[in-house]
Amino acid sequence: MLTAILVMSAIALVLGAVLGFSAIKFRVQGNPLADKIDAVLPQTQCGQCGYPGCRPYAEAIADGSADINLCPPGGEEGIRKLADLLGVEFKPFGAGAEPKPKAVAFIDENTCIGCTLCLQACPVDAIAGAAKQMHTIIASECTGCELCIAPCPVDCISMVPLKESISTWKREYPVFALNPVHQKKSGLPSV
Amino acid sequence: MRTLFKFHGGVHPPTNKTQSNDKPIAPVALPSKLVIPLHQHVGNRAKPAVEVGQQVLKGQIIGMPEGRLSSAVHASTSGTVAAIDMQQVAHPSGLPDLCITLIPDGKDEWIAREPRDWRAMSHTELRHLLRDAGVVGLGGAVFPSDMKLYSHQTRIATLVLNGAECEPWITCDDLLMRERAADILQGAEIMRELLNAGEVLIGIEDNKPEAIAAMNAAVAVGKHERIEVVAVPTLYPGGGAKQLIRVLTGIEVAAGVRSTDMGVQCFNVGTAYGAWRAIAHGEPLLSRIVTVTGNVGKPQNFEVPFGMPVDELVAQAGLLPGTTGHIMGGPMMGFRLPSAQVGVIKATNCIIAMSDALFPPAPPALPCIRCTRCAEACPADLQPQELYWFSKSKNFGKAQEYHLFDCIECGACSYVCPSHIPLVQYFQFSKSEIHAREHDKQAADRARERHEYREYRIEREKQEKAERLAAKEKAALAAKTVEPLPVATNPDAAPENTAQMKIQAAIDHAREQAAAIQPKNTENLSAEQLAEIADIEARRARIRELAQSHVDQPKE
Repeated sequence: MLTAILVMSAIALVLGAVLGFSAIKFRVQGNPLADKIDAVLPQTQCGQCGYPGCRPYAEAIADGSADINLCPPGGEEGIRKLADLLGVEFKPFGAGAEPKPKAVAFIDENTCIGCTLCLQACPVDAIAGAAKQMHTIIASECTGCELCIAPCPVDCISMVPLKESISTWKREYPVFALNPVHQKKSGLPSV
Repeated sequence: MRTLFKFHGGVHPPTNKTQSNDKPIAPVALPSKLVIPLHQHVGNRAKPAVEVGQQVLKGQIIGMPEGRLSSAVHASTSGTVAAIDMQQVAHPSGLPDLCITLIPDGKDEWIAREPRDWRAMSHTELRHLLRDAGVVGLGGAVFPSDMKLYSHQTRIATLVLNGAECEPWITCDDLLMRERAADILQGAEIMRELLNAGEVLIGIEDNKPEAIAAMNAAVAVGKHERIEVVAVPTLYPGGGAKQLIRVLTGIEVAAGVRSTDMGVQCFNVGTAYGAWRAIAHGEPLLSRIVTVTGNVGKPQNFEVPFGMPVDELVAQAGLLPGTTGHIMGGPMMGFRLPSAQVGVIKATNCIIAMSDALFPPAPPALPCIRCTRCAEACPADLQPQELYWFSKSKNFGKAQEYHLFDCIECGACSYVCPSHIPLVQYFQFSKSEIHAREHDKQAADRARERHEYREYRIEREKQEKAERLAAKEKAALAAKTVEPLPVATNPDAAPENTAQMKIQAAIDHAREQAAAIQPKNTENLSAEQLAEIADIEARRARIRELAQSHVDQPKE
């Protein structure tokens, strides 16, 4: 009886020590789930989800405080990916949060006064300029977040939808007409 | 007799080559205008080098190559540049691209051409010349040839010239080999020199006996050594680079491996011809042989200047009524042109006028019955039925696992499918979707990186500002100790050099003097006077503070 208790407690102690040691030694830095969610998000940093950037939204989804359908730039495809990743049901966008076609900001250089307010608002440093100097958008880096539009005191920034070109063209999903039944030769049994 | 090998699968579609291969290559009458796209090759679009209204001569560069992977574009004839704008081009999307419109003046006047002896030129010089002459792969891939002509670390043992021309209806390489065999062989010699290759194998399908005979005769006449013309069995798609290499050498080029890593490089016979003309005659690539066939009165091969509108070209072969559209390329791998007004480009090997009699509409697709005939026909040893299911359900990850990107889109699977499923269209859809997603992913990663760097930078700036302020405060405190009325002493301010020591000595002296001279009116003061002094001191302190903040402010 006593031996059994001793053996069991010894095992418990050893296992406890191993667990305690590995909890410290192999501690996971950061939140791996948030990393995975962040990798799915489109990184526009637009804040349309109500969080100040994609990373905070990913963390909010990871701890369960945010829904998966708050990211319009990610599109329905993005919601599907999040649903797959988290093992939850697909959820359509709420009213007024539908995705818009992709666009980049454009600064009307005749109107720009060089106030640098848009520079401070741009989350990805995609605006080149300095105080009292002309500002311009680096179109290849612009994520189309629209955060520069509100701060502009002279309303010189507009969003230009991206036109489809040969390099961005995508082939359509093949769709074919079904076999029309009425064209079948007479004599064959109709379906 | 060389031992030949077999590749997996393959089909035997009706060849339909006799319509157009019985007549010699014909020149074309100059068209009313030439619409020359600046992006006719793989890589970066050429940059316009002319202005609207400018007179150009035949062979003059109108598009400069931009970046490493690019190629030059030339005026196909002499004339006036009428426009540089976005126009519809020969691309399945039907989208516009930057084109130069040239109105020919009818003189066909050449720029000065400089024939060169390639044996006296360095490899780098030769490659530059090919790039400036706009020589690209004419088999259909239009990859800049200079990029493929490097002598690699893995020694190239074999240079394969592709004259197989397996696709039905097309006979342009056939006629080129029949009529200009000697020039092709000269081009092959230049390529062999650039690649440091050993033997040259010219693979020609055995349904072109005239071309094989002409090439053999040219090898004998030109006394070319280690160049062998090999008749390969007619089996579609035996003209695919990987398939032809397999048949000729037995080497199977694995997925994700380049043929050069296996010691083989492959070029189309037309490319070899173009390289020879560019170097030995100083003629840049301005035209190519195009088969015009299908629903036309006189199917034939033409030497067509690039930019010639397809409708004017087809008219010269006698377009018959009932034409429903035009295919660029062959019926297996070609695509329907978005309009007949687009210009002929370097990739245009064949134009087929379609009619309902020649190309009846495809019967409606039926469900896949899992017969796996597509897998038996696939020359890339893939499982098209699996790829079809994954593509149909947009399960792209799985499609990639099944090596979707090894598919050469030859159409053999669609050809044999008893359910008439347009399999290749599904694969093309999947490929373009995967490319687009890859592109989006890269853009997102870049945006994330930029955003994170920005946050780091803002944090760093905040920290630097705080440090600066702290340092300034410290300096201000130290400065205050100099004043006659010390607010606080700074024991840390140790003199560092003799100048500072002198200053320190002077300060100490002044301080001693100040300590020695005691104010005489500070004793026996009334409460009233003391209150007044305290008041004044407070005011002074306030003013000092204000002055200090005034000094700090503009620098912030």
